[in-house]
Amino acid sequence: MPDSSDRQAVMEVRGIVKTFPGVHALDRVDFELRNGEVHALVGENGAGKSTLMHVLGGVLAPEAGEVLLDGRPFDPADPHAAADAGVCVVFQELSLSPNLSIAENIFAHRQPVRWRWPDLIDRRLLRERTAEILQRFDLRLDPGVRVRDLPVALRQVVEILKAISQTPRVLILDEPTSSLTAVETGKLFENIRQLKAEGTSVIYISHHLPEIFEIADRVTVLRDGRNVETCNVADVTEEEIVRKMVGRELIDMYGRRETPVGPECFRIEGGRRGEAFRDVSFAVRRGEIVGMAGLGGAGRTEVARAVFGAEPLDEGRLYVDRSPVTIRSPAEAIANRIAYLTEERKGQGLFLRMSIRQNCVAPTLEYFANRWGLMNERAVTDQAVRRKTEFAIAAPSVHQKVGVLSGGNQQKVLLAMWIGAGPVLLIADEPTRGVDVGAKSEIYRRLRALAADGVGILLISSDLPEVLGLSDRLLVMRDGRIAGRFDADEATEEKLIACATGVGHADEGA
Amino acid sequence: MIDKLRNSAAIGRITALADHREFMIFYVIVLGVIGLAYAKPEFLSKPSLAAVMLSLTAQSIIAIGMTILLVSGTFDLSVGSTFALAGTVTAIWLKSGMPAPLAVGVGLGVGVLIGLINGLIITEIGINAFITTLGMMGLVRGLMMVVSGGRNISELPGSFNALGQGELIPGVQNPILILIVLIVVSDFLLRRSRFFRQSYYIGGNEAAAVLSGINVKRIKVFNFALVGFLAALGGIIITARLGSASTTAGRGLELKVISAAIIGGASLKGGAGTILGALLGAALMSIIVSSITLLGIDPNWVDFVIGAALLLAVMADVTGLKPQRATGQ
Repeated sequence: MPDSSDRQAVMEVRGIVKTFPGVHALDRVDFELRNGEVHALVGENGAGKSTLMHVLGGVLAPEAGEVLLDGRPFDPADPHAAADAGVCVVFQELSLSPNLSIAENIFAHRQPVRWRWPDLIDRRLLRERTAEILQRFDLRLDPGVRVRDLPVALRQVVEILKAISQTPRVLILDEPTSSLTAVETGKLFENIRQLKAEGTSVIYISHHLPEIFEIADRVTVLRDGRNVETCNVADVTEEEIVRKMVGRELIDMYGRRETPVGPECFRIEGGRRGEAFRDVSFAVRRGEIVGMAGLGGAGRTEVARAVFGAEPLDEGRLYVDRSPVTIRSPAEAIANRIAYLTEERKGQGLFLRMSIRQNCVAPTLEYFANRWGLMNERAVTDQAVRRKTEFAIAAPSVHQKVGVLSGGNQQKVLLAMWIGAGPVLLIADEPTRGVDVGAKSEIYRRLRALAADGVGILLISSDLPEVLGLSDRLLVMRDGRIAGRFDADEATEEKLIACATGVGHADEGA
Repeated sequence: MIDKLRNSAAIGRITALADHREFMIFYVIVLGVIGLAYAKPEFLSKPSLAAVMLSLTAQSIIAIGMTILLVSGTFDLSVGSTFALAGTVTAIWLKSGMPAPLAVGVGLGVGVLIGLINGLIITEIGINAFITTLGMMGLVRGLMMVVSGGRNISELPGSFNALGQGELIPGVQNPILILIVLIVVSDFLLRRSRFFRQSYYIGGNEAAAVLSGINVKRIKVFNFALVGFLAALGGIIITARLGSASTTAGRGLELKVISAAIIGGASLKGGAGTILGALLGAALMSIIVSSITLLGIDPNWVDFVIGAALLLAVMADVTGLKPQRATGQ
């Protein structure tokens, strides 16, 4: 990418201050976005990235400082006003209406109409335009499909398309790839390059540093609500950025196994569930981390949910500690000491309006009940306090509602909740999605410690360096089958991608 | 050290108590009672207080079950009809010469059955609670009109009427005694028992509750059966109290009960609410009614004031005046 320092600034942020009770979320932040550049914004959770984005998107009003758009003051009253001025934001929390179709979501309040009044929606035109927009990601979906029937990855794509179809002056993406697979991420980057060529400037927020080196021109690092530094991506290394983000050195995030692998603790043979997957057989041994890679929709989460009894197997046999078991419900899975960290932390994992202490004991209420079924509240609190310390969950007390915690801390609560169940098999489904580097290494350390205690771990992840770095063995799923099996020392990113997409000859292990 | 202090259950409870909705309503009720006693000293006389308590019984007994349903994220509109049908069925069996305990048992059974049907339609067939219980409300009320022939059934045996008019403990009328026992037991259970606490998880996030191994369907069906049982109990007690089963009994009761629970801090979204809160909500509504009659204000204002109280309570919740939602913890 040629140096873009001669280009004009589209947006200038000067001395923005925003405080929340007890927190200085943004402390005199300056930031400049040039015409046609992709500017990455990085920092740990709580560094102020999301707050800055909410200010730029018109969700929050700053207490001091100003924002200039094309040299004129930009002070949107709400996201709608920001979009009218040409600033579109793709928020991390999906803003789609699940019961409406893809088309209605992408066009939200700007559907094509036949007449001004009565403003009847031109349904044919709406479908056609939506189909065109979906082409940008090579998707041949029916525009009438309801969003709730789409997998998470495609919902995220719809969200992105909703923003880029408005051809904004400034496009702000917050963790856009957190639920995307490699293929969709590739399409996203193609789209970003095309938008750039058309003159759109992009602010790109991500925890995933390799992406930043692939797509961004410049990067600004935020820490504790202040900007640490802005530099050209070409002039820095990943390690330097991480050091600036956390303010200290992080060495070998993934760690290595330090205890020998024990006997088999879980096995599935010939598993099938509807159309989602079939012929799935594998085993996990105590103390072992088995990675499961694959594209979104390959059936990985479905396997996890079937093992956990949420949508039980139609066919196949399960063994825990070599004895056959039947699992028809999550309660039976928990009784057989299987734990499941769900992929959708907020939607299906946590009780956001409840406290840390109430979340910590959700799957294990019976451990805290006496023989008359009454809860020992003191034991619940003691347990929660212990877990909070053990997992370094950053919150004033265990009475804090989980909904107000950062993503990394929420993920720690989810992990704490399931470790309390004393599992022999822990299924971790995308455990570090949307989590910052510091919390990531904490979660990796926890998973390693669990394995060292003899827990077998099935790690489902779309983050290839992560599965490669943590796993002792790897399984790759494609189209509902296990398409490849690799030992950690022979696996590479290239082999996994080839196997997951069915390109090349990586199938011999199947 | 400070962290340890903050985490201690006692401190948590004390600070939580000060913010809780129950506390605020309690203040309002105390102020109301003081004001009324000042304006009309006869308000504090025993007959007058007993009248207030009695007017609360039916509503409060059902509010216990409704609060548990609201906590688990659902509600039941058919309680008013169940209330009427249970009273009528019990009266008919009594008139046919059945001993009182058996007739009461049949009435209660009718309530449980209606609750079970509601719960099974909602959890197994997947129809939403509003439609299911709205349908059941009409169906059950119609059934009551058919079996009663549209007439009130009176001249019930004295052994049965004692349930509503006698005093098992001298000085405390039976309906008030039953209400107090039910409230103490159910408030304790909803705060402390593992089985009942699962409802908070269901209302908090149903998908997460399923994945936490909570048997969501079974608990919801149980909760519907429980509210059916309590509605029937309320209907039977009122029938015994009046010595007659009335065909207009329980009309509009479902909305009064839901209003009381919501004023008391429950949420239609689920995951919040306590029995004590619902009872205080019902008491507040009852004080409003009494003060309007006692102060000689045009009684036509009653519905207006209760509606306004409901709106204010809910608006206080979504705007700055934000007492913490009570979850009994």
